[in-house]
Amino acid sequence: MSQLEEIELICVTCPKGCKLDIIREGDTFVKITAGCKRGKEYARQELTDPRRMVATTVKVNNGLHPLVPVYTASAFPKPKIYELLSILRELQLDAPIHINQVVLADALGTGIDVIASRDLPASSAI
Amino acid sequence: MIKQVYDVVVIGSGPGGVAAGIAAKKAGAEDVLILERDVEPGGILLQCIHNGFGMENLGEDLPGPSYAQRYIIEAQGLGIVFLLETMVLDITHQRKIIATNKYAGIIEIQARAIVLGMGCRERTRAQIRLPGSRPAGVYTAGTAQRWVNIEGYMPGNNIVILGSGDIGMIMARRLTFEGAHVERVLEIMPFLSGLSRNYVQCLLDYDIPLQLQHTVKRIIGNDRIEAVETTRVDDRFNPIAGTEEIIPCDTLLLSVGLIPENELSRKAGVAIDPNIGGPYVDDDYQTSVPGIFAAGNVVHVYDLADWVTQAGFRAGENAAFFAIKTRNRELRSIPTTAGKNVRYVIPQQINKDNLAEKDVSLQLRVRQPIEAPSRILVKCGDEVITSKAEMYARPGEMISIDLKPKHYDVINSACAITVDVVERE
Repeated sequence: MSQLEEIELICVTCPKGCKLDIIREGDTFVKITAGCKRGKEYARQELTDPRRMVATTVKVNNGLHPLVPVYTASAFPKPKIYELLSILRELQLDAPIHINQVVLADALGTGIDVIASRDLPASSAI
Repeated sequence: MIKQVYDVVVIGSGPGGVAAGIAAKKAGAEDVLILERDVEPGGILLQCIHNGFGMENLGEDLPGPSYAQRYIIEAQGLGIVFLLETMVLDITHQRKIIATNKYAGIIEIQARAIVLGMGCRERTRAQIRLPGSRPAGVYTAGTAQRWVNIEGYMPGNNIVILGSGDIGMIMARRLTFEGAHVERVLEIMPFLSGLSRNYVQCLLDYDIPLQLQHTVKRIIGNDRIEAVETTRVDDRFNPIAGTEEIIPCDTLLLSVGLIPENELSRKAGVAIDPNIGGPYVDDDYQTSVPGIFAAGNVVHVYDLADWVTQAGFRAGENAAFFAIKTRNRELRSIPTTAGKNVRYVIPQQINKDNLAEKDVSLQLRVRQPIEAPSRILVKCGDEVITSKAEMYARPGEMISIDLKPKHYDVINSACAITVDVVERE
């Protein structure tokens, strides 16, 4: 029989930043006190499989700017963030880029795509 | 092709300005022009590549550039014109805008209503009076954000951040992603100045220390910053002796507050609330100058871009209502001109619709005295609408003559009224 464990988190789901109180016994959540339903989900997720939205930039050839911003289409496993960043750092794209264009499909086998955050015209198009 | 007169002109294409343009067009403004000094619309959202935008307004968690693009595409679809690479130099009280770009030189535009959407500026080193030498390597967090996210430069490798504002914390994570070492974040107040969630997902997640009630006492370095001397402060922000620490670094980023950007507003005579740094506004977001509205961070600094968009919608809609009223008044008004021996006539404009219901009094002075019985003639072209006899006409004595509702039909179809004062035959 494992012991009762009390955990405190700050929710990052929305800008309110609610305090979350969690009581856990081993892998079982005994009680989660949160500001809303999404907060409860976040607490459960954070303590079993923490994930974050990841946003960075990728190099672009011949674009209006030398970089295009990209992000993970959904929250990405936290322990793999640095590995993801190092892969994205090696990528090079050619302008024009379109918003939501897949830059890296199924990143690190997670099933999560990395997509472009904006249109980026070629430098000659301006 | 840029026109000379617009219903609504918006200064700035950030979230407030674009929303104002959209709402103005939807509320019936005939033509809306958005002026932007950068090479593309979007404003600071373009460098805010992190997520967290759109949850309130779009029900989606988007990065800044995606959020901006949604509204820009909507604006373009509505036929709103964006004039890019154009810097507004001056706005007058009468809503004339002087701008410049490299294609057209100086541009003059008359707006029936203006929405100010210039956003805000970061507080700089000078504004927080940071002592020490003045080497390279001391930047505002937003400047570093533009370099890293748009232009592709790193400000440095070993970074200290002063101030726990959101941009500072977001840049702490961003620079960590790009391989820099963020030594720590210092905050002079006993509490965080940005959002708690940014403390969690930008600092805690990457083990970046936050020191509350700490500040930079001195900047060290000649050509390039080499270190900062930090200190703990008491409740009155006085340094506590013995708590100093020298922290080697090659970059100091400042995230120490934002101030509404109102240089243009002041030129237009807009009254500024000294407490906030933004214009006094009413619930339509109209400033103290009729027809000049303001939306977003130019009024006060919002936590969320979504709220700026909402403020922009409201300001833009009311700007359109004002512009439509002004346009109708222009259409329904007729100028008065000083004719034979008349120096001036007041009012210079008559609203035809007023005349439908009540008398309108014209007041005038003659140029030369007529020491004989005289006649005042109000004419539309050659047709005399009404006239009045006077014993004399002297420059020192004001003359008045009334237009009556029975004159409405003639004046409604006329394009100008002239007043003559002549000697009676």
